[in-house]
Amino acid sequence: MDTKEALYNYCLRLGDNNLVLGQRLAEWCSNGPILEEDLAMTNLSLDHFGQAEFMYEYAAELEGKGRTCDDIAFKRNEREYFNALITEQPNGDFAFTMMKHLLFSAFAQHLYESLSLSNDKRLAELSVRALKEIKYHFRHSSEWIVRLGKGTQESAMRTQYALNELWMFTADLFEINKIDETLIGIIVDSNELFPAWKKTIETVLNTANIKIPEKVHMLKGGYNGKHTEHLGHLLCEMQYLQRAYPNAKW
Amino acid sequence: MQQQNNQLPLWEVFIQSKSGIPHKHVGSIHASDKKMALQNARDIYTRRGEGRSIWVVLSENIVSSAPGEEAEFFDPTDDKVYRHPTFYRVPDGVKHM
Amino acid sequence: MTEEDKLKRFNICIEQDEKIEPKDWMPEQYRKTMIRQISQHAHSEVIGMQPEGNWVLRAPTLRAKKILLAKIQDEGGHGLYLYSAAETLGIDRGEMIKQLHEGKAKYSSIFNYPALTWADIGAIGWLVDGAAIVNQVSLQRTSYGPYARGMVRICKEESFHQRQGYEIMVTMMNGISEQKKMAQDAMDRWWWPALMMFGPPDGESVHTKQSMQWKIKRESNDVLRQRFIDKTVDQAHFIGLEVPDKDLKFNEATGHWETGTINWKEFHEVINGNGPCNHQRMKHHIKAHNDGKWVRDAALAFAETEKNDQKQLITN
Repeated sequence: MDTKEALYNYCLRLGDNNLVLGQRLAEWCSNGPILEEDLAMTNLSLDHFGQAEFMYEYAAELEGKGRTCDDIAFKRNEREYFNALITEQPNGDFAFTMMKHLLFSAFAQHLYESLSLSNDKRLAELSVRALKEIKYHFRHSSEWIVRLGKGTQESAMRTQYALNELWMFTADLFEINKIDETLIGIIVDSNELFPAWKKTIETVLNTANIKIPEKVHMLKGGYNGKHTEHLGHLLCEMQYLQRAYPNAKW
Repeated sequence: MQQQNNQLPLWEVFIQSKSGIPHKHVGSIHASDKKMALQNARDIYTRRGEGRSIWVVLSENIVSSAPGEEAEFFDPTDDKVYRHPTFYRVPDGVKHM
Repeated sequence: MTEEDKLKRFNICIEQDEKIEPKDWMPEQYRKTMIRQISQHAHSEVIGMQPEGNWVLRAPTLRAKKILLAKIQDEGGHGLYLYSAAETLGIDRGEMIKQLHEGKAKYSSIFNYPALTWADIGAIGWLVDGAAIVNQVSLQRTSYGPYARGMVRICKEESFHQRQGYEIMVTMMNGISEQKKMAQDAMDRWWWPALMMFGPPDGESVHTKQSMQWKIKRESNDVLRQRFIDKTVDQAHFIGLEVPDKDLKFNEATGHWETGTINWKEFHEVINGNGPCNHQRMKHHIKAHNDGKWVRDAALAFAETEKNDQKQLITN
C-alpha cells in the first residue's frame, strides 16, 4: 500500500465515522425530549454530514477515478466502510446517544487537534475546520452527561447503563492497522491519543458521578471493515434510492 | 409554574449580530439551566450566522412597565421638545451641526 | 379606565394599523382567537417535521440530505418561534402540547397525508411550503405584534424551502422515466390537499369575518388560494407536470386560472381525524413527548441542585 492509497483509506475512515454518526443523529429528528434539543441534535447531524462530505471529496481526489463524494458515500458494501464500531450502535435512549457522543467527540477532538498539525496540508486544513464543530459537540454532550448523571435516580441509572454498554467499543477507536503504519509521519499514532482521551472522559464522568466499568472485553474491527450487525441495516436504508435506481441522477 | 407539566423554564434571547451594535431581543427558548439556555439560543437563533454574542435571561426576571401606567410613564416627555435637535434654529450656512 | 374605554382604545389601535402587544388590554375573544391560531400554526410546523423526517434517512445524496435536514430543522425552529409568540398571551407550551394530544388543538390537515416517495419531498417543499408562504407573507401584517414579528422571521427563512422542493421536481422531470412518473404521481396526490390548506371557501369559513375585522387575518382564504394557484400552475407547466384537474382553465378576462371544485368532504374528514396519517402523527408526537419526560425531569432536578449548591457557596 502506498501513501496515497493509505491516505485515501484514512479519509474514508474519517468520512465514514461522520456519515454513520450523522445518520444516527438524524434518526432523532422529531423525536427529541424537547423541541430545542431536536434542533440541537439536527445541528450536530448536519455538522457530521458536512464533515463526511469534505473527507469524501478529498478521498475522491486522492483516488483520481472521477468518483463523486456521493458515489463513495452511497455505493459501497458493508465490508467497505471503515467507521468505528461505536458510531454505528443504535441510538438507544437519550442518555445512550449523549454518552456515545461524549465518548466519540472527546476522541475526535484529540484526533483533529493532532491532525491539524499534519504535514499533509489538506488534511490539516480539514481537521481545523472539523475541530471547531467537534469542540461544540463535546461541550453539548458533556454538559448533558453531567445533567443526566446528577439529575434524578432514573437518569443516573440510564447514564451509567449507557456507559456500561458502550465501553466495550472504546478501544476500537484507538486501533491501528496497515493504513496507520503506512501514514506514520503524516498522522499521529492513535495509541498516543489514548491517555489524553481517558483524562478528558474521566473528568466529565467524575463530575457526573458515573463510573467506568471494569474488566470489559473490548470489541474491535471497525477500521478493518468488520462491523456489528447494525451497520448493514443503516446502510440499507441510506442507500435505498441509489441502489433502486442506479441510473438516476438526484 | 411551568414545571408542573414538566416544561423547562422560559428564557428571553438577545442577539448581537455585529460588534458595535446593541443586543436585540429575538424571541425566547426553554431551558433548565444557564448553559443549556445559551446553547439552545445558539442552536435556534443563530442558524444562519446571525450572531456574534448572545444574552439569555430568565423571562421571570424581566421587569416590565404596565400598560395602565403608560400615561404617567411616557406622556411627560411629550412636551419636552427641547430634547430633540430639530427644536433648535441654526443660522443658514452653519454646517455639520 | 372603564372596560368600554379600553375596548375603544383597542379598536382605534386596530383601525390605525398599530400592533397589539402582549401586555396591552385586549378583548378576551381576541386573546382566545390568537392563542388558537398561533398554537395551531406552531403545531403544524412541528407535526410537519414528520412526513419529511420520514425521508431524511433515505435522501439520495449528501447534498439532499443536508438540505432536507436543515429544512426540517427550520420547521422545528418555526414551531418554536410560534410557541414563544403564543406564550406571550399567557399560555405555556406544556399546555399547548396537552391540548394537541387531547385533540382540542388542531394542526394543518396537510400533514395527515403520507410522504410515499422521494418525489413527495419535492412536492411538499414546492406545493405545501409554497401554499404556506403565501399565507405567511400575508400574516406578516397581522395585528398581534409577537405573531407578526415571528412571521417576518419565518418568511425570511422559508424562502429557500419552496425552491428546494421545486428543484427536486425539476431534477425528477429531467431524469429517467421512473423519476418522471414518481414526480407526476406526487403532483397528483399533493395538488388538491395543498389547495385545501387555505381553509374552507370564504362563505363557509367560521372564523374569517371576525379575524378580518381584528386584522388577525389580512386576506381571505379564497384570495390567498387564488394567488397560490396562479403562481403554481405556470410553474407546473414549465417543467412538464400536469395539474390533476380536468376543469382547469385560464380565464383571459380575469387573468386567473380557474380550478374545478375542491372536495371539501375530504377536507372535513381529514380535519376530523380520518386522514391517512392522523393517528400515526399523533401517536408519534405523544411517544416522543412521553419518552422525553425523564430527560426533562432530570434537567429540572439538576438545575435545582445546582441552585442549592450555589446558595451554599454564598453562605459559606
